[in-house]
Amino acid sequence: MRTLQRVTVTAAIGLAVLLSAGHQASAQTKIGAVLSVTGPASFLGDPEKKTLEIYVDEINAKGGVNGQKLQLIVYDDAGNANNARTFATRLVEEDKIDAMVGGSTTGSTLAMIPVFEDAKIPFISLAGAIQIIEPVHKWVFKTPHTDKMACEKIFADLKHRNLTTIAMISGTDAFGKSMRDQCVAVAPQAGIKIATEESYGPRDSDMTPQLTKIHNTAGVQAVVNPGFGQGPAIVTRNYRQLGIKLPFYQSHGVASKQFIELAGPAAEGVRLPAAALLIADKLPNKDPQKPVVVNYTRTYQQKSGQAVSTFGGHAYDGLMILVQAMQRAKSADKSKVRDEIEKTKGYIGTGGIVNMSPTDHMGLDLSAFHMLEIKGGDWTLVPGT
Amino acid sequence: MAELLQFVFSGLTVGAIYALVALGFTLIYNASDIINFAQGEFVMLGGMTTVFMALAGVPLPLAALIAIIVTTGVGLALHRFAIEPARGASSVALIMITIGASVFLRGVAQVVFDKRFHSLPPLFGADSIQFGGAAILPQSLVVLAGATVIVILLWLFVERTLLGKAVIATAANRLAARLIGVDTRRIVDFSFAVSAAIGAIAGILITPITLTSYDVGTLLALKGFAAAMLGGIGSPLGAVVGGLLIGMIEALSAGYLSSSYKDAVAFLIILVVLVAMPQGLFGRVKVERV
Amino acid sequence: MSLRALLEIRLLPAILVAAIVIILPLFFPSAYYYRIGALVFIFALAVVGLNLLMGFAGQVSLGHAGFLGIGAYSVAIGPVHFGAPSWLCLFVGAILSGAVAFAVGRPILKLKGHYLAVATLGFGLLVAIVLTNEAGWTGGPDGMNVPALTLFGWRVHGSDAWYWIAGATFVGGFLLALNLMESPTGRALQAIHDSEIAARVLGIDVARKKLTIFIISAMYASVAGSFLALFNGLITPDVAGFLGSIELVAMVVLGGMGSIFGSLVGAAVLVVLPQVLTIFHEYEQALLGLIVMVFMIFLRQGIVPSVTVALAGWRK
Repeated sequence: MRTLQRVTVTAAIGLAVLLSAGHQASAQTKIGAVLSVTGPASFLGDPEKKTLEIYVDEINAKGGVNGQKLQLIVYDDAGNANNARTFATRLVEEDKIDAMVGGSTTGSTLAMIPVFEDAKIPFISLAGAIQIIEPVHKWVFKTPHTDKMACEKIFADLKHRNLTTIAMISGTDAFGKSMRDQCVAVAPQAGIKIATEESYGPRDSDMTPQLTKIHNTAGVQAVVNPGFGQGPAIVTRNYRQLGIKLPFYQSHGVASKQFIELAGPAAEGVRLPAAALLIADKLPNKDPQKPVVVNYTRTYQQKSGQAVSTFGGHAYDGLMILVQAMQRAKSADKSKVRDEIEKTKGYIGTGGIVNMSPTDHMGLDLSAFHMLEIKGGDWTLVPGT
Repeated sequence: MAELLQFVFSGLTVGAIYALVALGFTLIYNASDIINFAQGEFVMLGGMTTVFMALAGVPLPLAALIAIIVTTGVGLALHRFAIEPARGASSVALIMITIGASVFLRGVAQVVFDKRFHSLPPLFGADSIQFGGAAILPQSLVVLAGATVIVILLWLFVERTLLGKAVIATAANRLAARLIGVDTRRIVDFSFAVSAAIGAIAGILITPITLTSYDVGTLLALKGFAAAMLGGIGSPLGAVVGGLLIGMIEALSAGYLSSSYKDAVAFLIILVVLVAMPQGLFGRVKVERV
Repeated sequence: MSLRALLEIRLLPAILVAAIVIILPLFFPSAYYYRIGALVFIFALAVVGLNLLMGFAGQVSLGHAGFLGIGAYSVAIGPVHFGAPSWLCLFVGAILSGAVAFAVGRPILKLKGHYLAVATLGFGLLVAIVLTNEAGWTGGPDGMNVPALTLFGWRVHGSDAWYWIAGATFVGGFLLALNLMESPTGRALQAIHDSEIAARVLGIDVARKKLTIFIISAMYASVAGSFLALFNGLITPDVAGFLGSIELVAMVVLGGMGSIFGSLVGAAVLVVLPQVLTIFHEYEQALLGLIVMVFMIFLRQGIVPSVTVALAGWRK
């Protein structure tokens, strides 16, 4: 009997909670976000969520946008596309959001696109893959650089060093696989020959067999590792363990100081393409991005107690592009805001300088990437890039 | 030849990790017939608690000790507050409780700790040992040694101590064990505590290689479970052999076949072995009671 | 008439379930609720199949999401790569799943208990690995778009349409499962569950019955997977992953092993619960785990059987 009472009470509480959740104060501008706060992509979603919360508070403290406070509604899809789609529906139907920032992963973003296209709500994704903006969806934008640009940047640096034959070792996670595909696609145009390819699982703990095979492949002049999470750190350690001396490139997926901590001394000499955010204090004073990235770095580190990553920066850019569009539109009207987002010109963000157009819903070019090299346990700018 | 040796070193490294995780499954299973899916979270707790204690300024050996004590407490609590109250439930229901516990512990860890990756310094430095043209990290040998020591201790415990006999008696027949004066509740308590401690030690030893984060347990538990079953659940020696075998298969298939399908090859071989030997490599045959 | 006696009448549960499907939407304020409802019925369909295997035949599968994956990718790959109509691919997927279950089931269903669990787990992982790696066919980890289902010139679109399709299919699957349990095969299965040796002594072809039910449960999961893919319009390999399999098993156990109606309750709890728990933000996961534990400790038979027993006790 007691069991039954317990069940009844639990059910009643659950129902009450469910009913009360839907009804909250309106007369605010509502911004929705579906982020991978937990799960395998949590190191994307976690800083993204923190960034959005920090800056929505800051904007509200200054009186909000167009006299209206912002209300941020964040759901965690745990990296699962089906969950993302459900939460997207909920944001549209229940929370009646005015605009949307985020989708941490490509899979989640692609699952949500039809929902926001149908509902005609501006949607700024924080995911990397080029499929999100090619072909152009009327209501969909994105802030991070595409994987293709990362490949092009790496290949340009290789050519600069007269290296043309490479090996790739990539993660089988969504990020690694997507970037690997883009690199394979652009390699011929860039005059790069991929001699051999290996992969590893997102949670593998030793990649020496793959690296041994790469090391024993004749003609390889450099190695590229598309991947994110802890995988690249382990690959880098194994690289040193095996004493491989070839130039080694990581991707923009490891773009956080944590990579250097995890990979330790093995990270010395590793190169990677990254946004200005990582080298905020090393940018020349005349660089237009300097004030933005220095500010963001200081605010984020102060409020979250953690080192910045470019992923949080993508969320910052998404929110700011949206807020500025709302200010220009002088309202939160979805259609007007969408038009204004598309007209974004010369927005200086953490990821680069954004110039959108009806055919380009990202608005970044290769100049947004800097080639970095790890020296003395810190990022340094490779001269001439 | 150097190439093969390197693959073998890699197999040893990965296999020792799986073996250490797999060992944690055996004692709980022996005492209570439960597959504890929260075993991976014990591994996570061991690593993460050590990392955060060390970050708080606690010297590393002390931090590791605290981590083992904390995890042991969690293991004990899991039995006292979740498994013991549900005694008599079906084995699937009990497994579901351990899965719930694993989600719960992961959920708590992401709030108490954080969602980033962390590492610990290796015991004997990060410089690899060169041998026959191949390289292995000293920490891999530490993990291997850890697994060996635990197997020997478990064996001595079961064979040479009264408590160990009591564990086996409890596993064989709980009622009969109680009739001859074994406090079966205490025995199962004990098995959860020790398994948690083994998990924590595993977490501390492997973190310098695998790195750790709040959700590192899921996949480790999966591989550890597979290793324990391949070896024959309940046998510590089987757990270690199963772990090393899976690690070796993964490394060799990554080296000679395809790195994308190395996990697939490992599971395929597990399937084949189980079909040929339905009790695993070292498992005891259980007679179904009619 | 006691409630228990009511539940024992065969057709009544089916009428009850049909009534739930029809009446629920009266309380739906928006399309979001239709979506949740549709997801509940889609997962419940897979759970009914798994429940036949676990609750009646007593065989655990930790790889059932693999069949969900086969069904889902059938309606994605068929239309995209071969231009086949979606409805046909749905059937082909179900048959394919049945065939795979036949091939895999024959050797591994000989295994017992936890050994069967690890073998099915391995099977599920194999499916997920193939779906992740064969990017040319499946789009890889980012997933692939699934063309919408077209029935007699009607393009099935929107949460409400899928609510009705999933609801109707679930009622059909529910009825089928009930009938199956009353058939000689069903009775034989329950004998196997109680004691495999005793069943064998009675002259029941144990291996064959187990295989039959494994194939049927695979086909249930496959259809559910196809629905999920068509409903979402995009499918990722997560659908076939280990966590997906665990979720299905949790739904079976939570609702009540051996209770077909429990399958619906289990699916409903685990689909709705995460939606409710979002208000707890970072404590969401911890609470989810805690609730599953509490349910299993206090309702160890599963929700429906435990509540039925409690209600029966109350009457007395």
